[in-house]
Amino acid sequence: MSEMTLVQAVNRGLFEAMKQDPDVLVLGEDVGVDGGVFRATDGLIKEYGAERVIDTPLSETGIIGTAVGMALYGLKPVAEIQFLDFIYPAFDQIVSELAKFRFRSGGQYPCHVVIRAPYGGGIKGGVYHSQSTEAYFCHTAGLKVAIPSTPADAKGLLLTAIHDEDPVMFFEPKRIYRTATGEVPDGDYRVPFGQARTVREGEHLSIFAYGAMIPPASEAAAALAKDGISAEVIDLRTLVPLDEAAAVASVEKTGRAVVVHEAARFCGFGAELSAILAEKAFYSLKAPILRVTGYDTPFPYALENVYLPNAARIEAAARAVMQEG
Amino acid sequence: MAKAAQSAPTVAPGVSHALSNDRLLSMYRVMVLARAIDERCLSLQRQGRIGFYVPASGQEAAQIGCAAALRDEDWIFPAYREIGIALWRKVPFRALMDQFIGNSTDRVKGRQMPNHYSFRDHNFVSASSPIGTQITQAVGAAMAIQRRHVPQVTATFFGDGATSSNDFHAGMNFAGVYRTPTIFFCQNNQWAISLPRNRQTHSATLAQKAEAYGFSGVVVDGTDVHAVYDAVATARERALAGEGPTLIEAQVYRFGPHSTSDDPHRYRSDADVAEWKRKDPILRLREELRTSGALSDETESQLQEAVKREISESIEAAEGAPALDPMTLFDDTFAQRTPRLEEERAEFQRLLREGVIRP
Repeated sequence: MSEMTLVQAVNRGLFEAMKQDPDVLVLGEDVGVDGGVFRATDGLIKEYGAERVIDTPLSETGIIGTAVGMALYGLKPVAEIQFLDFIYPAFDQIVSELAKFRFRSGGQYPCHVVIRAPYGGGIKGGVYHSQSTEAYFCHTAGLKVAIPSTPADAKGLLLTAIHDEDPVMFFEPKRIYRTATGEVPDGDYRVPFGQARTVREGEHLSIFAYGAMIPPASEAAAALAKDGISAEVIDLRTLVPLDEAAAVASVEKTGRAVVVHEAARFCGFGAELSAILAEKAFYSLKAPILRVTGYDTPFPYALENVYLPNAARIEAAARAVMQEG
Repeated sequence: MAKAAQSAPTVAPGVSHALSNDRLLSMYRVMVLARAIDERCLSLQRQGRIGFYVPASGQEAAQIGCAAALRDEDWIFPAYREIGIALWRKVPFRALMDQFIGNSTDRVKGRQMPNHYSFRDHNFVSASSPIGTQITQAVGAAMAIQRRHVPQVTATFFGDGATSSNDFHAGMNFAGVYRTPTIFFCQNNQWAISLPRNRQTHSATLAQKAEAYGFSGVVVDGTDVHAVYDAVATARERALAGEGPTLIEAQVYRFGPHSTSDDPHRYRSDADVAEWKRKDPILRLREELRTSGALSDETESQLQEAVKREISESIEAAEGAPALDPMTLFDDTFAQRTPRLEEERAEFQRLLREGVIRP
């Protein structure tokens, strides 16, 4: 166990995976000599050399297209997209190719690439360094989507991703890269996909969140507790596969649900989770499910503090669901 | 006739890698087979026995000349018009026919439209419909080959239209930077559906685009198996010697429609097609083999007969194969089904059982 930040845990996870398996390699813009703009790949090139830590030309299409080719051949590439906002030139490779290779080849060509990308707002990044567009990838069959919220999960989910057999989108909440700190197990530590984490147990309502929304959700739960409202906070950890059983069980217990994400509301991940809860836990619900999300506008620069969900908004939504039923 | 650009940076002479008569005969046989399959499949599509077809007539010398210069261990990253490559790799027509139908013996389990086949045993990677996406992948696989230090190359196949795609430029750039053992094999068949080559790019040749990425590009007459074979053999030797990638522009003509959904009369004249058909790669090789005495009337008729028989028997067998099991829909999205997919699969199975959905 060592105390570290979330971004350090990503770095430790990469070191561990590269140590374990010579087929693991890292590629992306500025990931080598520079160690990545957030330092997630710091030191890897010194340890493993430029053959396994590849500084690429500035082309997301090229990064993901070549990563797909490497994976088809049998390597385990971990590609970094510098910001999730810049992933779109590679969208064709991800959605049309990576996600479909195993299926379209009748199982002949598995294609296991891990794509790491820092996502989310709260860093004064404006419209092009702040977006949370995980829903695009959740909507594409064939991709797994993992989003850690703690240093331990960052390392554990990343190692699971790298040892998985399928493509994994690994979105890192850059807002809490350095503010989220905690103990991280040494060595080969893995957190299984599809298992939500109960951040805080509660009786009266369930708050579902992931990534950088876990701290404000926890803060809201603490504030509610002072008024005797017991909120359960569930960190979904992986959106695909989703721990539907845990979500349903929590709502069967509490009867109320608030779903939180930074992404815009319309067709966001919260819509899917709300639909699942409506389909599978309708008769346990005592109040409508509420979503606390970013607004259906592009991400703003000067107004990001009022765009992003915060503890106060989550708390207000929780009080609203408590008033009904 | 769409004029071949004259200002090629380099032109492969087609003499340094000689082909024996035996080899030429086996190439000729596969070319004849590919052409006959095209003709038969266009008619099968019209009869409604297959849903769609992408013909490659006119491109046989380019494809088989190229395939013959590669080794079985080299990885093919195809587009959807590479039937000659698959046939040269000894993929039986039956396997292609299974894919055209999407039956229970289709290697890709009915997942894709006709012509989007994949044969891992033959190092023939999966084709998709988006244009150019295989190009960067071929470069990535070549980077993996470099990492493994094995004597192999990757060859990627695309048309003139794909030279405008993102992946062409990204792939060429990465290949140049990392000097990958990659052969970029462009079959410039003069038409990207309705758009003629001269409207695709203002470059004098497609091959010259390689120069900007720091490696060599060559133009070859794609109707001449010797020229194509020589260019690819040379590119392969260079790649294995660590001299990096090569772009080869094989100038050919697409005799047929883009696909069975296309009507080329809307954009090109019969005279244009007729002019190019004078350079029909099969007639050209046949003439050469007859002149050299390698191909007698008897051999020719035996060959034609054997090809016809193979095609008819394969169609019959593929059409007689059992239909695809609908439950296979839920295989291969992931290595293991997620709980959600298990749930959907169970629902699907129930709907099938209740007759709500029928295969």
